[in-house]
Amino acid sequence: MSDSTELRSYTVRLELVDRPGELLRALSPIADHGGNLLSIFHERGNVTPRGQIPVEVDMEATPDQFDTVVDALRGEGINVIQAGAEQYTEELTVVLTGHLVNTDLSNTLERIQSATGANVDDLSLSAPEGDEGISSARVRLATNAGGADSALETIREVADEKDLRVIEPLTAGEGA
Amino acid sequence: MRLAVVGAGAVGSAVAELAGEYGHTVTALADSGGAAVDPDGIDVDGALTRKEAEGTVGTAPTADALAGPYDVLVEATPTTLGDAEPGFGHVRAALERDCHVVLANKGPVAERYGEVRALERESAGEVYLEATVGGAMPVLSTIADFGAEHIEAARGVLNGTANFVLSRMAAEGLGYEHVLAEAQDLGVAEADPSFDVEGTDAALKCVILANVLYDREYTLSDAAVEGIRDLPGSALELAAEDGRTIRLIGEVKNGAIRVGPRLIPEHGALAVTGTRNIVELETEHAGLLDISGRGAGGPETATAVLADVGRLAE
Repeated sequence: MSDSTELRSYTVRLELVDRPGELLRALSPIADHGGNLLSIFHERGNVTPRGQIPVEVDMEATPDQFDTVVDALRGEGINVIQAGAEQYTEELTVVLTGHLVNTDLSNTLERIQSATGANVDDLSLSAPEGDEGISSARVRLATNAGGADSALETIREVADEKDLRVIEPLTAGEGA
Repeated sequence: MRLAVVGAGAVGSAVAELAGEYGHTVTALADSGGAAVDPDGIDVDGALTRKEAEGTVGTAPTADALAGPYDVLVEATPTTLGDAEPGFGHVRAALERDCHVVLANKGPVAERYGEVRALERESAGEVYLEATVGGAMPVLSTIADFGAEHIEAARGVLNGTANFVLSRMAAEGLGYEHVLAEAQDLGVAEADPSFDVEGTDAALKCVILANVLYDREYTLSDAAVEGIRDLPGSALELAAEDGRTIRLIGEVKNGAIRVGPRLIPEHGALAVTGTRNIVELETEHAGLLDISGRGAGGPETATAVLADVGRLAE
Protein backbone atom coordinates (compact mmCIF):
# COMPACT_ATOMS: atom_id res chain seq x y z
CA MET A 1 0.00 0.00 0.00
CA SER A 2 3.00 2.26 0.44
CA ASP A 3 4.42 1.92 -3.02
CA SER A 4 2.36 3.70 -5.69
CA THR A 5 4.34 2.16 -8.58
CA GLU A 6 3.52 -1.40 -7.63
CA LEU A 7 0.97 -3.34 -9.67
CA ARG A 8 -2.12 -4.38 -7.79
CA SER A 9 -5.30 -6.21 -8.68
CA TYR A 10 -8.60 -4.35 -8.77
CA THR A 11 -12.16 -5.28 -9.47
CA VAL A 12 -14.53 -2.73 -10.94
CA ARG A 13 -18.27 -3.24 -11.23
CA LEU A 14 -19.90 -1.30 -14.01
CA GLU A 15 -23.44 -1.01 -15.30
CA LEU A 16 -23.79 -0.63 -19.03
CA VAL A 17 -26.66 0.41 -21.21
CA ASP A 18 -27.76 -2.50 -23.43
CA ARG A 19 -26.52 -1.03 -26.70
CA PRO A 20 -24.00 -2.28 -29.30
CA GLY A 21 -20.46 -1.00 -28.70
CA GLU A 22 -21.11 -0.15 -25.08
CA LEU A 23 -18.74 -2.78 -23.67
CA LEU A 24 -15.90 -1.69 -25.91
CA ARG A 25 -16.50 1.94 -24.94
CA ALA A 26 -16.24 0.92 -21.27
CA LEU A 27 -13.03 -1.04 -21.70
CA SER A 28 -11.10 1.50 -23.76
CA PRO A 29 -10.33 3.86 -20.85
CA ILE A 30 -8.74 0.98 -18.95
CA ALA A 31 -6.27 0.15 -21.70
CA ASP A 32 -5.75 3.82 -22.56
CA HIS A 33 -4.52 4.57 -19.05
CA GLY A 34 -2.15 1.64 -18.63
CA GLY A 35 -4.43 -0.82 -16.88
CA ASN A 36 -3.95 -4.50 -17.66
CA LEU A 37 -7.25 -6.30 -18.20
CA LEU A 38 -7.33 -9.66 -16.43
CA SER A 39 -10.90 -10.77 -16.93
CA ILE A 40 -14.32 -9.48 -17.88
CA PHE A 41 -17.54 -10.98 -16.59
CA HIS A 42 -20.35 -9.73 -18.74
CA GLU A 43 -23.70 -10.81 -17.27
CA ARG A 44 -25.79 -10.29 -20.40
CA GLY A 45 -28.73 -12.29 -19.14
CA ASN A 46 -28.86 -10.52 -15.83
CA VAL A 47 -30.42 -7.06 -16.11
CA THR A 48 -30.40 -4.66 -13.17
CA PRO A 49 -33.64 -3.04 -11.95
CA ARG A 50 -32.63 0.02 -13.95
CA GLY A 51 -32.49 -2.07 -17.11
CA GLN A 52 -28.71 -2.06 -17.35
CA ILE A 53 -26.27 -4.93 -17.72
CA PRO A 54 -23.78 -5.53 -14.90
CA VAL A 55 -20.16 -6.11 -15.90
CA GLU A 56 -17.35 -7.07 -13.58
CA VAL A 57 -13.85 -6.23 -14.73
CA ASP A 58 -10.64 -7.48 -13.11
CA MET A 59 -7.52 -5.52 -13.88
CA GLU A 60 -4.02 -4.86 -12.76
CA ALA A 61 -2.72 -1.35 -12.42
CA THR A 62 -0.69 0.86 -10.10
CA PRO A 63 -2.83 2.80 -7.60
CA ASP A 64 -2.29 6.04 -9.58
CA GLN A 65 -3.23 4.44 -12.88
CA PHE A 66 -6.29 2.96 -11.27
CA ASP A 67 -7.55 6.33 -10.04
CA THR A 68 -7.11 7.74 -13.54
CA VAL A 69 -8.99 4.80 -15.05
CA VAL A 70 -11.96 5.28 -12.72
CA ASP A 71 -12.05 9.02 -13.42
CA ALA A 72 -11.92 8.34 -17.15
CA LEU A 73 -14.77 5.82 -16.94
CA ARG A 74 -16.93 8.26 -15.05
CA GLY A 75 -15.95 11.01 -17.50
CA GLU A 76 -17.31 8.80 -20.31
CA GLY A 77 -20.63 8.66 -18.50
CA ILE A 78 -20.21 5.02 -17.56
CA ASN A 79 -21.94 3.98 -14.39
CA VAL A 80 -19.21 2.76 -11.98
CA ILE A 81 -20.97 0.91 -9.18
CA GLN A 82 -17.97 -0.11 -7.15
CA ALA A 83 -14.29 0.66 -7.48
CA GLY A 84 -11.20 1.28 -5.43
CA ALA A 85 -11.72 -1.59 -3.05
CA GLU A 86 -8.54 -3.50 -3.50
CA GLN A 87 -9.17 -7.16 -4.03
CA TYR A 88 -6.63 -9.76 -3.27
CA THR A 89 -7.24 -12.58 -5.66
CA GLU A 90 -5.29 -15.52 -4.28
CA GLU A 91 -5.21 -17.09 -0.90
CA LEU A 92 -2.44 -19.16 0.56
CA THR A 93 -2.49 -21.04 3.85
CA VAL A 94 0.64 -22.60 5.34
CA VAL A 95 1.48 -24.12 8.70
CA LEU A 96 4.86 -23.28 10.16
CA THR A 97 6.39 -25.35 12.95
CA GLY A 98 9.57 -25.02 14.99
CA HIS A 99 10.93 -22.51 17.47
CA LEU A 100 8.56 -19.86 16.19
CA VAL A 101 8.51 -17.63 19.25
CA ASN A 102 12.26 -17.75 19.85
CA THR A 103 12.93 -16.85 16.24
CA ASP A 104 10.66 -13.79 16.40
CA LEU A 105 7.38 -14.69 14.77
CA SER A 106 6.36 -11.10 14.08
CA ASN A 107 9.63 -10.52 12.24
CA THR A 108 8.96 -13.69 10.21
CA LEU A 109 5.52 -12.43 9.23
CA GLU A 110 6.73 -8.91 8.46
CA ARG A 111 9.38 -10.25 6.14
CA ILE A 112 6.87 -12.42 4.34
CA GLN A 113 4.51 -9.45 3.93
CA SER A 114 7.07 -6.92 2.84
CA ALA A 115 8.88 -9.19 0.40
CA THR A 116 5.76 -10.33 -1.40
CA GLY A 117 3.16 -7.59 -1.03
CA ALA A 118 0.96 -10.26 0.51
CA ASN A 119 -1.28 -9.52 3.41
CA VAL A 120 -1.51 -11.74 6.50
CA ASP A 121 -5.26 -12.21 6.83
CA ASP A 122 -5.29 -14.65 9.67
CA LEU A 123 -2.83 -16.08 12.15
CA SER A 124 -3.31 -18.87 14.67
CA LEU A 125 -0.52 -19.83 17.03
CA SER A 126 -0.36 -22.96 19.15
CA ALA A 127 2.51 -23.17 21.62
CA PRO A 128 1.64 -26.01 24.00
CA GLU A 129 5.23 -26.28 25.19
CA GLY A 130 5.55 -22.58 26.01
CA ASP A 131 7.74 -19.98 24.35
CA GLU A 132 10.89 -22.08 24.49
CA GLY A 133 9.42 -25.18 22.88
CA ILE A 134 8.22 -26.28 19.48
CA SER A 135 5.15 -24.41 18.36
CA SER A 136 3.01 -24.20 15.26
CA ALA A 137 1.35 -21.35 13.44
CA ARG A 138 -1.24 -21.36 10.72
CA VAL A 139 -0.91 -18.33 8.48
CA ARG A 140 -3.38 -17.29 5.83
CA LEU A 141 -2.08 -14.85 3.26
CA ALA A 142 -3.92 -12.93 0.59
CA THR A 143 -1.85 -12.15 -2.48
CA ASN A 144 -2.30 -10.50 -5.85
CA ALA A 145 -3.13 -12.63 -8.84
CA GLY A 146 -0.22 -14.99 -9.45
CA GLY A 147 1.43 -13.90 -6.21
CA ALA A 148 1.01 -17.12 -4.24
CA ASP A 149 4.03 -18.83 -5.79
CA SER A 150 6.42 -16.03 -5.02
CA ALA A 151 4.98 -15.69 -1.51
CA LEU A 152 5.64 -19.37 -0.98
CA GLU A 153 9.18 -18.95 -2.25
CA THR A 154 9.81 -16.20 0.32
CA ILE A 155 8.27 -18.26 3.11
CA ARG A 156 10.63 -21.13 2.27
CA GLU A 157 13.65 -18.82 2.37
CA VAL A 158 12.74 -17.24 5.70
CA ALA A 159 11.88 -20.63 7.20
CA ASP A 160 15.12 -22.14 5.99
CA GLU A 161 17.10 -19.34 7.59
CA LYS A 162 15.26 -19.69 10.91
CA ASP A 163 15.24 -23.49 10.84
CA LEU A 164 11.44 -23.67 10.69
CA ARG A 165 9.42 -26.30 8.92
CA VAL A 166 6.87 -25.22 6.31
CA ILE A 167 3.86 -27.40 5.63
CA GLU A 168 2.66 -26.19 2.28
CA PRO A 169 -0.78 -26.64 0.82
CA LEU A 170 -1.27 -29.16 -1.93
CA THR A 171 -3.08 -27.43 -4.73
CA ALA A 172 -4.70 -30.28 -6.59
CA GLY A 173 -5.17 -29.69 -10.26
CA GLU A 174 -3.21 -26.45 -10.16
CA GLY A 175 -2.37 -25.08 -13.55
CA ALA A 176 -4.63 -27.65 -15.17
CA MET B 1 2.98 -70.16 -16.10
CA ARG B 2 5.93 -71.56 -14.17
CA LEU B 3 7.06 -69.14 -11.49
CA ALA B 4 10.41 -68.87 -9.73
CA VAL B 5 9.80 -66.78 -6.64
CA VAL B 6 12.90 -65.17 -5.18
CA GLY B 7 12.36 -63.71 -1.74
CA ALA B 8 10.15 -65.47 0.79
CA GLY B 9 9.03 -62.60 3.00
CA ALA B 10 5.39 -61.56 3.30
CA VAL B 11 5.00 -60.88 -0.44
CA GLY B 12 7.03 -63.80 -1.84
CA SER B 13 5.31 -66.28 0.48
CA ALA B 14 1.88 -64.96 -0.45
CA VAL B 15 2.67 -65.21 -4.18
CA ALA B 16 3.78 -68.81 -3.71
CA GLU B 17 0.67 -69.63 -1.67
CA LEU B 18 -1.78 -68.03 -4.10
CA ALA B 19 -0.12 -69.05 -7.38
CA GLY B 20 -1.99 -72.38 -7.60
CA GLU B 21 -5.35 -70.64 -7.24
CA TYR B 22 -4.46 -68.49 -10.28
CA GLY B 23 -3.47 -71.54 -12.33
CA HIS B 24 0.29 -71.19 -12.08
CA THR B 25 3.01 -73.56 -10.88
CA VAL B 26 5.78 -72.55 -8.50
CA THR B 27 8.92 -74.28 -9.73
CA ALA B 28 11.25 -72.55 -7.29
CA LEU B 29 11.02 -70.57 -4.06
CA ALA B 30 14.16 -69.05 -2.61
CA ASP B 31 15.19 -66.90 0.32
CA SER B 32 18.62 -65.64 1.32
CA GLY B 33 19.46 -68.95 3.06
CA GLY B 34 18.39 -71.55 0.50
CA ALA B 35 15.86 -72.69 -2.06
CA ALA B 36 13.25 -75.30 -2.87
CA VAL B 37 13.38 -76.25 -6.55
CA ASP B 38 11.25 -78.73 -8.50
CA PRO B 39 10.53 -78.46 -12.24
CA ASP B 40 7.14 -80.13 -11.63
CA GLY B 41 6.16 -77.71 -8.88
CA ILE B 42 7.45 -77.47 -5.34
CA ASP B 43 5.50 -78.29 -2.20
CA VAL B 44 4.75 -74.67 -1.22
CA ASP B 45 3.19 -75.45 2.16
CA GLY B 46 6.11 -77.71 3.05
CA ALA B 47 8.66 -75.06 2.08
CA LEU B 48 6.90 -72.36 4.10
CA THR B 49 6.52 -74.64 7.11
CA ARG B 50 10.20 -75.39 6.84
CA LYS B 51 11.00 -71.67 6.72
CA GLU B 52 9.04 -71.12 9.91
CA ALA B 53 10.80 -73.98 11.71
CA GLU B 54 14.32 -73.74 10.32
CA GLY B 55 14.57 -70.25 8.84
CA THR B 56 14.94 -71.19 5.18
CA VAL B 57 12.57 -72.59 2.56
CA GLY B 58 14.92 -75.32 1.34
CA THR B 59 18.37 -76.81 1.21
CA ALA B 60 19.25 -76.17 -2.43
CA PRO B 61 21.56 -73.21 -3.10
CA THR B 62 19.63 -69.97 -3.81
CA ALA B 63 21.33 -69.82 -7.22
CA ASP B 64 19.55 -73.03 -8.28
CA ALA B 65 16.24 -71.19 -8.17
CA LEU B 66 17.52 -68.78 -10.84
CA ALA B 67 19.03 -71.57 -12.92
CA GLY B 68 16.01 -73.90 -12.89
CA PRO B 69 13.13 -73.96 -15.37
CA TYR B 70 10.61 -71.10 -15.14
CA ASP B 71 8.70 -68.67 -17.37
CA VAL B 72 8.47 -65.78 -14.93
CA LEU B 73 10.88 -64.69 -12.23
CA VAL B 74 9.02 -63.04 -9.35
CA GLU B 75 11.56 -60.74 -7.67
CA ALA B 76 10.35 -60.18 -4.11
CA THR B 77 13.58 -59.71 -2.16
CA PRO B 78 13.79 -56.66 0.14
CA THR B 79 14.16 -53.27 -1.58
CA THR B 80 17.76 -52.05 -1.50
CA LEU B 81 19.07 -48.66 -2.53
CA GLY B 82 22.11 -47.68 -4.60
CA ASP B 83 23.09 -50.69 -6.76
CA ALA B 84 19.75 -52.38 -5.89
CA GLU B 85 21.48 -55.73 -5.40
CA PRO B 86 20.83 -58.60 -5.20
CA GLY B 87 17.51 -57.79 -6.89
CA PHE B 88 19.04 -56.20 -9.97
CA GLY B 89 21.28 -59.25 -10.55
CA HIS B 90 18.24 -61.53 -10.40
CA VAL B 91 16.44 -59.38 -12.99
CA ARG B 92 19.49 -59.49 -15.26
CA ALA B 93 19.85 -63.28 -14.90
CA ALA B 94 16.19 -63.85 -15.86
CA LEU B 95 16.22 -61.46 -18.84
CA GLU B 96 19.50 -62.87 -20.17
CA ARG B 97 17.85 -66.25 -20.45
CA ASP B 98 14.79 -64.66 -22.10
CA CYS B 99 12.45 -65.16 -19.16
CA HIS B 100 9.89 -62.62 -17.94
CA VAL B 101 10.32 -60.65 -14.71
CA VAL B 102 7.62 -59.45 -12.33
CA LEU B 103 8.94 -57.11 -9.67
CA ALA B 104 7.67 -56.52 -6.15
CA ASN B 105 11.10 -55.15 -5.20
CA LYS B 106 11.27 -51.41 -5.89
CA GLY B 107 15.09 -51.14 -5.92
CA PRO B 108 15.89 -52.14 -9.53
CA VAL B 109 13.28 -49.81 -11.09
CA ALA B 110 13.79 -46.92 -8.67
CA GLU B 111 17.59 -46.88 -8.85
CA ARG B 112 18.51 -48.53 -12.19
CA TYR B 113 15.44 -48.09 -14.40
CA GLY B 114 17.43 -47.33 -17.54
CA GLU B 115 19.50 -50.49 -17.24
CA VAL B 116 16.45 -52.66 -16.53
CA ARG B 117 14.72 -51.35 -19.67
CA ALA B 118 17.93 -51.76 -21.71
CA LEU B 119 18.22 -55.41 -20.61
CA GLU B 120 14.54 -55.89 -21.45
CA ARG B 121 15.08 -54.56 -25.00
CA GLU B 122 17.78 -57.19 -25.57
CA SER B 123 15.60 -59.96 -24.18
CA ALA B 124 12.57 -61.91 -25.33
CA GLY B 125 11.35 -61.54 -21.75
CA GLU B 126 9.32 -58.59 -20.48
CA VAL B 127 9.40 -56.69 -17.17
CA TYR B 128 6.23 -55.82 -15.23
CA LEU B 129 6.19 -53.82 -12.01
CA GLU B 130 2.62 -53.12 -10.87
CA ALA B 131 3.38 -54.34 -7.34
CA THR B 132 6.15 -51.77 -6.82
CA VAL B 133 3.71 -48.83 -6.60
CA GLY B 134 0.76 -48.91 -4.23
CA GLY B 135 0.43 -52.61 -3.36
CA ALA B 136 -2.90 -53.92 -4.63
CA MET B 137 -3.89 -50.70 -6.38
CA PRO B 138 -3.79 -50.86 -10.20
CA VAL B 139 -1.79 -47.66 -10.69
CA LEU B 140 0.81 -48.56 -13.32
CA SER B 141 -1.59 -50.65 -15.39
CA THR B 142 -4.04 -47.73 -15.40
CA ILE B 143 -1.26 -45.43 -16.59
CA ALA B 144 -0.37 -47.97 -19.28
CA ASP B 145 -4.02 -48.20 -20.37
CA PHE B 146 -4.49 -44.43 -20.50
CA GLY B 147 -1.05 -43.93 -22.08
CA ALA B 148 1.65 -42.21 -20.02
CA GLU B 149 1.58 -39.20 -22.36
CA HIS B 150 -2.04 -38.55 -21.37
CA ILE B 151 -1.24 -38.30 -17.65
CA GLU B 152 -0.20 -34.83 -16.57
CA ALA B 153 0.56 -35.45 -12.92
CA ALA B 154 0.31 -38.06 -10.20
CA ARG B 155 0.03 -37.44 -6.49
CA GLY B 156 -1.16 -39.21 -3.41
CA VAL B 157 -0.59 -41.08 -0.20
CA LEU B 158 1.87 -43.88 -0.87
CA ASN B 159 2.97 -44.97 2.58
CA GLY B 160 0.52 -46.60 4.95
CA THR B 161 2.72 -46.28 8.05
CA ALA B 162 3.15 -42.52 7.74
CA ASN B 163 -0.55 -42.16 6.95
CA PHE B 164 -1.52 -44.21 9.96
CA VAL B 165 0.64 -42.02 12.21
CA LEU B 166 -0.73 -38.73 10.81
CA SER B 167 -4.36 -39.80 10.75
CA ARG B 168 -4.17 -41.14 14.34
CA MET B 169 -2.47 -37.96 15.52
CA ALA B 170 -5.19 -35.88 13.88
CA ALA B 171 -8.09 -37.99 15.12
CA GLU B 172 -6.93 -38.53 18.71
CA GLY B 173 -4.86 -35.43 19.37
CA LEU B 174 -1.92 -37.62 20.33
CA GLY B 175 1.78 -36.85 19.95
CA TYR B 176 4.06 -38.26 17.28
CA GLU B 177 6.10 -40.53 19.57
CA HIS B 178 2.98 -41.94 21.22
CA VAL B 179 1.30 -42.86 17.93
CA LEU B 180 4.50 -44.25 16.46
CA ALA B 181 4.92 -46.57 19.46
CA GLU B 182 1.31 -47.68 19.04
CA ALA B 183 1.93 -48.35 15.33
CA GLN B 184 4.96 -50.45 16.24
CA ASP B 185 2.89 -52.48 18.74
CA LEU B 186 0.29 -53.11 16.04
CA GLY B 187 2.94 -54.16 13.53
CA VAL B 188 2.02 -51.22 11.27
CA ALA B 189 5.46 -49.65 11.78
CA GLU B 190 8.78 -51.44 11.85
CA ALA B 191 11.16 -51.33 14.81
CA ASP B 192 13.24 -48.95 12.69
CA PRO B 193 10.56 -46.83 11.01
CA SER B 194 13.00 -44.50 9.18
CA PHE B 195 12.23 -45.80 5.70
CA ASP B 196 8.55 -44.95 6.16
CA VAL B 197 8.50 -41.81 8.32
CA GLU B 198 11.38 -40.11 6.54
CA GLY B 199 9.54 -40.43 3.25
CA THR B 200 12.02 -42.75 1.50
CA ASP B 201 9.49 -45.46 0.71
CA ALA B 202 6.96 -42.97 -0.72
CA ALA B 203 9.76 -41.31 -2.67
CA LEU B 204 10.85 -44.61 -4.28
CA LYS B 205 7.29 -45.15 -5.49
CA CYS B 206 7.17 -41.62 -6.88
CA VAL B 207 10.50 -42.17 -8.63
CA ILE B 208 9.06 -45.29 -10.28
CA LEU B 209 5.94 -43.31 -11.27
CA ALA B 210 8.16 -40.63 -12.80
CA ASN B 211 10.19 -43.25 -14.70
CA VAL B 212 7.01 -44.70 -16.15
CA LEU B 213 5.35 -41.32 -16.86
CA TYR B 214 8.33 -39.65 -18.49
CA ASP B 215 10.14 -42.74 -19.78
CA ARG B 216 13.56 -41.59 -18.65
CA GLU B 217 15.68 -42.57 -15.68
CA TYR B 218 15.06 -40.87 -12.37
CA THR B 219 16.60 -42.17 -9.17
CA LEU B 220 15.99 -41.46 -5.50
CA SER B 221 18.54 -38.66 -5.61
CA ASP B 222 16.28 -36.75 -8.05
CA ALA B 223 13.47 -36.54 -5.48
CA ALA B 224 13.01 -33.71 -2.96
CA VAL B 225 12.08 -35.66 0.16
CA GLU B 226 10.89 -34.48 3.56
CA GLY B 227 9.46 -36.83 6.17
CA ILE B 228 7.04 -36.52 9.06
CA ARG B 229 9.39 -37.38 11.92
CA ASP B 230 8.63 -35.34 15.08
CA LEU B 231 5.82 -33.39 13.43
CA PRO B 232 4.15 -31.57 16.35
CA GLY B 233 0.53 -32.39 17.16
CA SER B 234 -0.17 -28.65 17.28
CA ALA B 235 0.38 -28.47 13.52
CA LEU B 236 -2.41 -30.98 12.97
CA GLU B 237 -4.68 -29.15 15.40
CA LEU B 238 -4.21 -25.84 13.61
CA ALA B 239 -4.84 -27.52 10.27
CA ALA B 240 -8.06 -29.09 11.61
CA GLU B 241 -9.35 -25.71 12.89
CA ASP B 242 -9.21 -24.55 9.29
CA GLY B 243 -10.93 -27.62 7.81
CA ARG B 244 -7.65 -29.12 6.69
CA THR B 245 -5.36 -31.94 7.65
CA ILE B 246 -1.77 -32.97 7.01
CA ARG B 247 -0.72 -36.01 5.01
CA LEU B 248 2.59 -37.23 3.63
CA ILE B 249 1.99 -36.56 -0.06
CA GLY B 250 4.10 -37.75 -2.95
CA GLU B 251 3.86 -35.73 -6.12
CA VAL B 252 5.13 -36.22 -9.66
CA LYS B 253 4.52 -33.18 -11.79
CA ASN B 254 6.29 -31.19 -14.51
CA GLY B 255 9.23 -33.57 -14.41
CA ALA B 256 9.83 -33.07 -10.69
CA ILE B 257 9.40 -35.48 -7.79
CA ARG B 258 8.48 -34.22 -4.37
CA VAL B 259 7.51 -35.93 -1.12
CA GLY B 260 6.59 -34.11 2.06
CA PRO B 261 3.90 -33.31 4.59
CA ARG B 262 1.25 -31.13 2.92
CA LEU B 263 -1.95 -29.37 3.91
CA ILE B 264 -4.98 -30.90 2.23
CA PRO B 265 -8.75 -30.50 2.70
CA GLU B 266 -9.85 -32.57 5.70
CA HIS B 267 -12.66 -34.24 3.80
CA GLY B 268 -11.00 -34.35 0.38
CA ALA B 269 -10.28 -37.54 -1.54
CA LEU B 270 -6.62 -37.57 -0.58
CA ALA B 271 -7.30 -37.50 3.17
CA VAL B 272 -7.47 -41.29 3.50
CA THR B 273 -7.17 -42.67 7.03
CA GLY B 274 -5.23 -45.50 8.63
CA THR B 275 -2.93 -47.51 6.40
CA ARG B 276 -5.02 -46.89 3.27
CA ASN B 277 -3.26 -45.47 0.22
CA ILE B 278 -4.50 -43.36 -2.66
CA VAL B 279 -3.10 -42.19 -5.97
CA GLU B 280 -4.71 -39.38 -7.92
CA LEU B 281 -3.92 -39.13 -11.61
CA GLU B 282 -4.42 -35.84 -13.40
CA THR B 283 -5.45 -36.93 -16.88
CA GLU B 284 -5.37 -34.93 -20.07
CA HIS B 285 -8.91 -35.66 -21.22
CA ALA B 286 -10.70 -37.15 -18.22
CA GLY B 287 -10.02 -34.91 -15.23
CA LEU B 288 -8.91 -36.42 -11.98
CA LEU B 289 -8.89 -40.17 -11.43
CA ASP B 290 -8.52 -41.53 -7.90
CA ILE B 291 -7.35 -45.05 -7.17
CA SER B 292 -7.50 -46.06 -3.54
CA GLY B 293 -6.88 -49.27 -1.63
CA ARG B 294 -4.39 -51.28 0.33
CA GLY B 295 -0.90 -50.17 -0.51
CA ALA B 296 1.04 -52.88 1.30
CA GLY B 297 0.73 -56.34 2.81
CA GLY B 298 1.54 -59.88 1.62
CA PRO B 299 -1.67 -61.04 -0.10
CA GLU B 300 -2.44 -57.49 -1.28
CA THR B 301 0.89 -57.04 -3.04
CA ALA B 302 0.81 -60.65 -4.25
CA THR B 303 -2.49 -59.82 -5.96
CA ALA B 304 -0.70 -57.17 -8.03
CA VAL B 305 2.16 -59.59 -8.79
CA LEU B 306 -0.28 -62.23 -9.98
CA ALA B 307 -2.14 -59.65 -12.09
CA ASP B 308 1.17 -58.98 -13.88
CA VAL B 309 1.76 -62.72 -14.33
CA GLY B 310 -1.74 -62.90 -15.81
CA ARG B 311 -0.86 -60.15 -18.32
CA LEU B 312 2.23 -62.09 -19.37
CA ALA B 313 0.17 -65.25 -19.79
CA GLU B 314 -2.19 -63.59 -22.30
